[in-house]
Amino acid sequence: MEVADKLVTMAVALVAFAAVIGAVLLVVHLLERRGARHVAWWFVGPTLLLIAVGLVYPALRTIWRSLYDAAGTSFVGLGNYTDIFTSGDQLVVLRNTVLWVLVTPFVATAVGLVYAILVDGARGEAAAKALIFLPMAISFVGASIIWKFMYEYRFFDPDVENNPNQIGFINQVIVWLGGSPQNFLLDSPWNNFFLIAVMIWIQAGFAMTILSAAIKAIPAEIVEAARLDGVSPLEMFRYVTVPSIRPTLIVVLTTIAIGCLKVFDIVRTMTAGQFGTSVVANEFYTQSFSANNKGLGAALAVLLFVLVVPIIVYNVRQLRKADHR
Amino acid sequence: MNGMRKRRNTTTIAATAAALALVLTACSDDDGGGGGDGGTAAPTVDCADFESYGDLSGKTVTIYTGIVDPEDKPYIESFKPFEECTGAKVDYQADKQFEQQIVVRAEAGNPPDIAIVPQPGLLAQLVATGKVVPAPDAVAANVDEFWGEDWKALGSVDGTFYAAPSGASVKSLVWYSPQEFEANGWEVPTTLDELKTLSDTIAADSGHKPWCAGIGSDAATGWPVTDWMEDFVLRVGGPDAYDQWVNHEIAFNSEIPTQALDAVGEYLKNPEYVNGGFGDVSSIATTAFQDGGLPILDGQCSLHRQASFYAANFPQGTDISENGQIFAFYLPGATTDEKPVLGAGEFVTAFSDRPEVQALLEFWSSDTWANLKAQASVDLTNGGWITANKGLDPSILTNPIDQLSAEILLDENAVFRFDGSDMMPAAVGSNAFWKEATNWITGQSTKDALDKIEAAWP
Amino acid sequence: MSAVPVDTATVGPPTTPQGPRETAAAAARRRLSRPWASLAAVVLAVLWTIPTLGLLVTSFRPAADINKTGWWTVLTDPRFTLENYETVLSSESSQSLAPSIVNSVVITVPAVVLPMFLATLAAYAFAWMDFRGRNVLFIAVFALQVVPIQVTLIPLLSLYVDINVSGTFWAVWLSHTMFGLPLAVFLLHNFMQEIPRELIEAARVDGAGHVTIFFRLMLPMLKPAIAALGIYQFLWVWNDLLVALTFAGSSRDLAPMTVSLLNLTGTRGSQWFLLSAGAFVSIIIPAIVFLSLQRYFVRGLLAGSVKG
Repeated sequence: MEVADKLVTMAVALVAFAAVIGAVLLVVHLLERRGARHVAWWFVGPTLLLIAVGLVYPALRTIWRSLYDAAGTSFVGLGNYTDIFTSGDQLVVLRNTVLWVLVTPFVATAVGLVYAILVDGARGEAAAKALIFLPMAISFVGASIIWKFMYEYRFFDPDVENNPNQIGFINQVIVWLGGSPQNFLLDSPWNNFFLIAVMIWIQAGFAMTILSAAIKAIPAEIVEAARLDGVSPLEMFRYVTVPSIRPTLIVVLTTIAIGCLKVFDIVRTMTAGQFGTSVVANEFYTQSFSANNKGLGAALAVLLFVLVVPIIVYNVRQLRKADHR
Repeated sequence: MNGMRKRRNTTTIAATAAALALVLTACSDDDGGGGGDGGTAAPTVDCADFESYGDLSGKTVTIYTGIVDPEDKPYIESFKPFEECTGAKVDYQADKQFEQQIVVRAEAGNPPDIAIVPQPGLLAQLVATGKVVPAPDAVAANVDEFWGEDWKALGSVDGTFYAAPSGASVKSLVWYSPQEFEANGWEVPTTLDELKTLSDTIAADSGHKPWCAGIGSDAATGWPVTDWMEDFVLRVGGPDAYDQWVNHEIAFNSEIPTQALDAVGEYLKNPEYVNGGFGDVSSIATTAFQDGGLPILDGQCSLHRQASFYAANFPQGTDISENGQIFAFYLPGATTDEKPVLGAGEFVTAFSDRPEVQALLEFWSSDTWANLKAQASVDLTNGGWITANKGLDPSILTNPIDQLSAEILLDENAVFRFDGSDMMPAAVGSNAFWKEATNWITGQSTKDALDKIEAAWP
Repeated sequence: MSAVPVDTATVGPPTTPQGPRETAAAAARRRLSRPWASLAAVVLAVLWTIPTLGLLVTSFRPAADINKTGWWTVLTDPRFTLENYETVLSSESSQSLAPSIVNSVVITVPAVVLPMFLATLAAYAFAWMDFRGRNVLFIAVFALQVVPIQVTLIPLLSLYVDINVSGTFWAVWLSHTMFGLPLAVFLLHNFMQEIPRELIEAARVDGAGHVTIFFRLMLPMLKPAIAALGIYQFLWVWNDLLVALTFAGSSRDLAPMTVSLLNLTGTRGSQWFLLSAGAFVSIIIPAIVFLSLQRYFVRGLLAGSVKG
């Protein structure tokens, strides 16, 4: 296909979409003029339909599939689930996933929050924030490549004369400081943290941006009152700043946590789940498409739903509370 | 406020301009290079050979494979005569997630026309989806003519013949530097014992570790260890035991495989022997397989066990010849009489029976194609490709490694066996075997590794 | 509160740079001694930028150098080349990313426009229209964010084959639309709720139907929010790998940059000289989009998450 053809296809798609939606809305408009009441369904209809087809149906199919064996022929009930909880390898996968979900949100948020406070109101604030946010614009694959390069390992034997140069920055720093280089992606369980670092690197910008805006929105009167009472900066932070941005903190933490549960690209690109670094999202793909065990894969996916649900419930509760304030 | 606005507008304009420039570069280049790579001119082939396929102008055949750059170029080149003479277009698509995506596509009903399947086990998996079509008669006829029965059997599932063999590789090879051997007076070993002695000699005298290895390969990390183990099962237990092992007639953790893996451990897990040029034993796990044998060039190691296709990984201009910088010798059997040869190959699997697809399949299984492809590989990637197609003209192979491999492959006395992990079910051959082999390198015991793999057998 | 001098420690007019009132953060930071705060911020910023910088420098270095020495050595021994970019951008080499740039653009634009528009309509309905099951449906839509994309691959692909759109851009557009809707509806709904009820009421009293209100009132007021979400969706689609891999595959006709980048790692292992240049080519456009439209993003995201 020539470039022009592709662009034309795109234009046609956009125009067609506009035409269809336009027609639908026109119809609704006319119906309203005639006094029709329940036009809401026209508004939510397309969305609900697409979601039902694209998300609900596959989700249901997956739950169903998780109750069958690898070949999909015999019913095993909760067999796949017991496998997950009794297999050493799968338990490692679970452990890693929990590590990701616990560590990333808190560290990324902490970094984001501290940085937001540090640069707030300073000269060049926008540029400073842009630097931290830039990793978010880089794809997960790009970020993984960047960090894989940072972690590059060349061996170093103090007894030998010609050691190869380090080309990974972190190992070079270690060598400069007199240590011996580490094979970061190899040594379990610490390698998980080095993968998590990539996610933190990316998400800190997200946290910073949102929290920065939230901090700026704290009513100045409260700040004034506190200052007049003579609070120290730490007390200000603890008793004024944090409580005021609590809803935002929760949204940030939960959004990052959900993102972590779904993370696939980072693990896949950096280690492909080797050396004890696999997480549920990656294991699902491996089991379903490499090991040809769709039953186990489906069970892992259902586990993912289950793990995310509490986070969603908590988020919804917070929203409801905020609504009723 | 106005100043800010202006700045933002300037940024936006600059950004849009840069983006446009990027897209336009892509546009203009794309228009120019649309049809394919510059490369060498297509060899002139007599179009009379292609008349039987009829006029296929306007038709497209899609191929999907995991063979990416640089090995994809000779393939694309080898199809040009077909394209020119019949008018059909061959659309070659490849990505590194082939082995997973082909399954997804087959199951979802969106397969390519043809897939190059590197494992009989994967072939069986695809056939089970019901989307694979049996090979056309013309192809079966070609395979009967040009390949032995065992190759045809490998491309069949449950008695039905589906996929013709394409390329092949010899895996029982050890790469070394003839110049280094010459300089040190070392001899190429002809038995396993001699190989051991040679390793000890090199370890003691040369000042570097004798062996180097790398098994890193993203999701497939660990596969070179499976090759080592297969070679040693063949040598420790013999071809019959090998067959039993691959077919799960003996357990994966039974005596012979255990002995074999321990024998491998005497090389790969021996800190005196590995890992030349890279570090300690565990560095094998994080060194990419493509880099595994390169230290030979720097004199940092002397021996690297790897398949015939490894030739493509040496830098352009390396003298790969019997007396040059790099060559390979046959991984010896236990005695000089025994010649077990481990090898692998690809199978051309079709999901469609359209006439143009069948035409391409027929062409692909012919000796004409084999020779075109060999020539293209010689021109574009310094060789590194052979086939078990008996119609191959060996004089095309200029690369000494290819000549060596072809010789070994076609040797009457050789006992050929196909790569075991490629034949086992995916849960083992494409998952547990690789994974546990990697864990074994980084410290797991032989017993644990084999027990786990046995447990993974469906 | 009676009028009290803002800062009894100084004599004269108020001196805080942002005006008469000061935010909590600025107050906190002012008390920390300024140079330390600045230093800490600089350190963090440098730490965050080094990885990207490293790869950027690498992309301009000759291939032979990259595997022998670290990129920091360019400070003492500079040697640069444009070769890597040439390889990655020219159409001659099969490692070129050039065709996929266009594919990325063609995939992304509709995959942003479609869900944005549909989500806005739905969010409006959830926020301002009354219908049965509204709350339950809204929570359901929000909760469906949990569904990982991987489970949808095979069912959707089968569906696309059945309706004859597999192997076309529509497969990717539809998929991205479906996946992007839950979060988009949720966030837009938040923004919409902030619009004062009185305005809507007034319009309805004037006899305006929902369609009119939507186009005449909502859309103009929500421009920042829609822009913010649009950017987020753009980044998400542009950088996506799995959806593209499954629904677009690796055909030169369809594969976006992420897939091409994945293939750059080829069979030759760690080809950093190609990966680095390739990674940067794929980063440029989203980075530009983001940098030039930053302020919308900040404002937009904020509006959805802070209440009261």
